[in-house]
Amino acid sequence: MTTARNMTLNMGPQHPSTHGVLRLVLELDGEVVVRCEPHIGYLHTGIEKGLESKRYQQGIPLTDRLDYLAPLSNNLAYVLAIEKALGIEVPERAQTIRVLMTELTRIKSHLVWLGTHAMDVGAMSVFLYCFREREQILDMYEAVSGQRLMSSYFRVGGLLADLPPGFEAQVHAFLADFPSRLAEYEALLTQNPLWRQRTVGIGTIRAADAVALGVSGPALRACGVAYDVRRANPYCGYERYQFDVPVGKVGDVYERYTIRMAEMRQSHRIAAQALQRLTPGPINVADPKLIPPPKTLLKQSMEALIHHFKLYSEGFSVPAGEVYQTIESPKGELGVYLVSDGTNRPYRVHYRAPSFVNLQALPRMVEGRLVADVIAVIGSLDIVLGEIDR
Amino acid sequence: MTEATGQEAAIEGLVLQRLRGRFGDAVRDVTVWRHETTIVVAAHDLVPICRYLRDDTDLAFDFLSSVTGVDRRNLPANAPRFEVVYHLYSIQFKRRLRLKVRVNEGDAVPSVTGVWESANWHEREVFDLFGVPFGGHPDLRRILMPDDWEGHPLRKDYPVEASPKWWEEEPA
Repeated sequence: MTTARNMTLNMGPQHPSTHGVLRLVLELDGEVVVRCEPHIGYLHTGIEKGLESKRYQQGIPLTDRLDYLAPLSNNLAYVLAIEKALGIEVPERAQTIRVLMTELTRIKSHLVWLGTHAMDVGAMSVFLYCFREREQILDMYEAVSGQRLMSSYFRVGGLLADLPPGFEAQVHAFLADFPSRLAEYEALLTQNPLWRQRTVGIGTIRAADAVALGVSGPALRACGVAYDVRRANPYCGYERYQFDVPVGKVGDVYERYTIRMAEMRQSHRIAAQALQRLTPGPINVADPKLIPPPKTLLKQSMEALIHHFKLYSEGFSVPAGEVYQTIESPKGELGVYLVSDGTNRPYRVHYRAPSFVNLQALPRMVEGRLVADVIAVIGSLDIVLGEIDR
Repeated sequence: MTEATGQEAAIEGLVLQRLRGRFGDAVRDVTVWRHETTIVVAAHDLVPICRYLRDDTDLAFDFLSSVTGVDRRNLPANAPRFEVVYHLYSIQFKRRLRLKVRVNEGDAVPSVTGVWESANWHEREVFDLFGVPFGGHPDLRRILMPDDWEGHPLRKDYPVEASPKWWEEEPA
């Protein structure tokens, strides 16, 4: 007779449902997870180190690559931190466009989450529908910046360029359709008995534990804690928009699903308000030390030529000091801690990546549960390894 | 910039008054810049200070946003060399506070994992990328870099472009 002993199962880093290169070492007693230990770092690319060696404006493309499903959110936190250190505020139109684009980004990110999460749990068709709608938002990215994914559209002091002609109509068309699309996804999932069996009561976490573990975003709000940075510490004029912060009660996989679905409705609402608020005006701060002069001026004005040359050869300097800027990214509280030594390059940049902190709560959610639930719980956390490993 | 300026002054006053009253000279330095308050505290009093900030009902800093490090090697004031930075948040009062401790190379910082569980991975990251050890940490290992990595990439004397030994090709 041999005695039964626990089995160690290695899940990932190449596993389709770990959403990237996440590796979990699971200790199993039969089908029950006894211990779960996440191993990360497979995608570590030294982005924080890289940012220290680049001028402020040059760093923006690197930030796109953190949470690559919501590149504009990463841009936004970075430029807001620099603008805070510089003590400037961008014009009204730029703020409205930033709100509009980050809310579309939230929808885009949630669509990838919904599609992949549903596919992990076995609902294949939702994935295709979600990517169909996501494509429309990628087209908008392309329209504003020429790039579908890593658009680097937000710049220190404003935006890369103003919205192209016809853009507002494009967004209007999308927003007009989107509620019926959402209803379509919900018709496939919300009351679906298979979906509910795989998600209701799975991966629960108590609010007190979630706060202690630093969980933020939809995963925290599903436990009933109404912490949303847009509401608690508004930026970009969010205090002027009307929206609700959906909260849950139980904090299980199913509620994280309902919260994100409700959030897409709220993002839709905010985006519609932003469209209405769009009035003609400047998109950049009027500071030639930060924003390059129009190309046409270069051949007429010596001063413009010097500013242009200085900006592209040296960039601009930021006063010595430190700031911490947070925004509500689709994944949770995204924070940028910026230390400036007064030169034209950041001395230190730290990204408080919501996925990194949320993943730490995974063992708490899966230990004592079935191994099949691990897949559902990872999906419900909506992690992106790009920002975890940085 | 959207926050009221009077509010920061009030928090700063409240936090400082309470901390000075209880911990005396453990509060080493206070700065306010761009409406953000930074308090430098002595490393040996860090854990009681953090526990107090979390538990005091008027402060209630129950949420640890992040822990990170700064290598001050290339700054004008660069002793002690490392700074460990804690960003605290109070969900109830919607306030932030930055705490800092400064240590020399090799000196351990007391771990705050007993106060906020979320500090676990953050401290591992600071240990991994800066080489600052944390005393009393339950599981102090590298987290982003491979276990057998040499050096700590976010130190200022670590080159931006470096080729790791075990990736170099054999000499021909």
